Amino acid sequence: MTLSFAIIAGITVGAAVAAMGLRNPVHCVLSVTLAFAGLAAAYLQLDAQFVGFAQILVYIGAVAILIVFAILLTRGSQPPQPSLLSAGWQSGIIVALLVLGALVYALVKTPALPREIPPAPNVTVRQIGDALMHRFVLPLEAVGLLLTAALIGAVIIAMKEPEPGSGNRHPETERKESGTGAQAEAPNSISNPKAQSSNHA
Amino acid sequence: MSETLDQIFVIVKHWLVSHTPAGWQLAVSVAISIVSILVVFPFLFAVTTVLERKGLGRIQNRFGPNRVGPYGVLQPIADGLKAMTKEDIVPRAADRVVHFMAPLALVTPVFLLYAVLPFGRNMVVADFDAGVLFFFAVGAATELSVFMAGWSSRNKYSLLGAMRAIAQMISYEIPLILSAVVVVMIVGSLSTVNIVAAQAGYTGWLPNWFVFTPWGFAGFVVFMIAATAESNRSPFDLPEGESELIAGYYIEYSGFKFALFFLGEYLGLFAISGLGITLFLGGWRAPLPFLQWVPSWCWFFTKLLALIALFIWIRGTLPRLRMDQLMNFAWKLMLPMALLNILNAAVWHFMLPAPAPARWAACSLLIIVPYVWLGRGLMARKNIEKRTYRFAE
Repeated sequence: MTLSFAIIAGITVGAAVAAMGLRNPVHCVLSVTLAFAGLAAAYLQLDAQFVGFAQILVYIGAVAILIVFAILLTRGSQPPQPSLLSAGWQSGIIVALLVLGALVYALVKTPALPREIPPAPNVTVRQIGDALMHRFVLPLEAVGLLLTAALIGAVIIAMKEPEPGSGNRHPETERKESGTGAQAEAPNSISNPKAQSSNHA
Repeated sequence: MSETLDQIFVIVKHWLVSHTPAGWQLAVSVAISIVSILVVFPFLFAVTTVLERKGLGRIQNRFGPNRVGPYGVLQPIADGLKAMTKEDIVPRAADRVVHFMAPLALVTPVFLLYAVLPFGRNMVVADFDAGVLFFFAVGAATELSVFMAGWSSRNKYSLLGAMRAIAQMISYEIPLILSAVVVVMIVGSLSTVNIVAAQAGYTGWLPNWFVFTPWGFAGFVVFMIAATAESNRSPFDLPEGESELIAGYYIEYSGFKFALFFLGEYLGLFAISGLGITLFLGGWRAPLPFLQWVPSWCWFFTKLLALIALFIWIRGTLPRLRMDQLMNFAWKLMLPMALLNILNAAVWHFMLPAPAPARWAACSLLIIVPYVWLGRGLMARKNIEKRTYRFAE
């Protein structure tokens, strides 16, 4: 347990506890982002450069912003809740302590701990690329497919719906033009879309 | 002699480190690298503010600042004094902690970006195996500070500006990274030092820089446009447009914090220009074979100043894009062109046995034809006609 690991672990755990304990949701998100940064520092300390940088790029650069937008668009405008603790918090603490005890027992009794730590492999980015292209190419393509589906879904949800009356726009314009004559044609064609869009607004 | 001049900073650093006691050598070596970056780039920032204001002034047919020193060159000192002595106003309803941390969260990752740029031969602070990935990862971390600034001010317009800025930065990150991926694909390494090393040599008088290949040129153009958008610079500066949103997400910042935002934005611009130079313009390499006696770091900073001049020129010339025009441009034109560029680079690489004119013709057509077709296709739906003024005729 070196000093740098202790500092990184302290920051990560502290930020995670703060993320649970703070009142303002946006403060919680910023603490979670700090916890992600702590994890990235832990990866970098273990000399896993690619994973560490990918953690920063994906979690801090994209997931944190995603969570922030989600909070702002749903409940960021609400005032912070008066009490942080829910109704049955005493039984909650007892259950949490029991689960902690079970996990610690399982960790202590596992045969993996007393084994020696193997020497750290010197993995280059090239080896990761080779593995992705040869051994793990099917998971790579599956992930690409999943991301494409997510992107298409996002576009469909965000796309403007075609208005139900939009198919009738041209015949109406023609009828009004023939009624009022050619002089009023220009103002009509400008005001007609406005009238239609104000009907739908 | 030119060898010594080329390596002068490395020699000085080794001399300084060798004169420190053994336990401290690593710390002193790291400290020297960091301090030199902390000194050089803010100085370049100060020079750039004067150059920009004078340059924009001349483009707009006026003088720039010319009071503070001969031809206004001491203006940054006046600006710095003003920023330091101005009252630091924090709105009463603002979230003080986040409001304070937002400029710090911008400037710290931006300084980290300079760690992977090779400024000269053997002059890189950290030669990571995954240097380009580090650059984009840390660049993505700056977007959170934009949100923090906009949200903590408790100001509707500030938040709106922040949301638009984040949307713009995320949208333009994709063409930026895809255009860098092309270079990584051809070189076969994510390390910036290897990328500069792969652009060595000259064919006749033309250097082997990637910008002088069809895919490199298209990639450089896409990269520069995306870099302009990432730094929120004109013509993509709607989030901070002075006439539209006053100052966008840093509307409630005054004094030194505003100066920190300004510093962070310009330093980000220099860093991304530095990456463009490393990826496409040959890093610290000389453009002509008989000019190799000029030190390598001179070439890097010359290219950096040229790119800064290009950014200032574009800022003074082009009008600002509207938000929907900006987003359409990113997703409908830049992203397909960046993807096509990857295909283009692959075709170039695999056509290697073919004679040079055939390669050039094939790859240029592969870029130009889709560009024209896509451009015309996207414009065809707009029905742009001669403008008629209802009340003025």
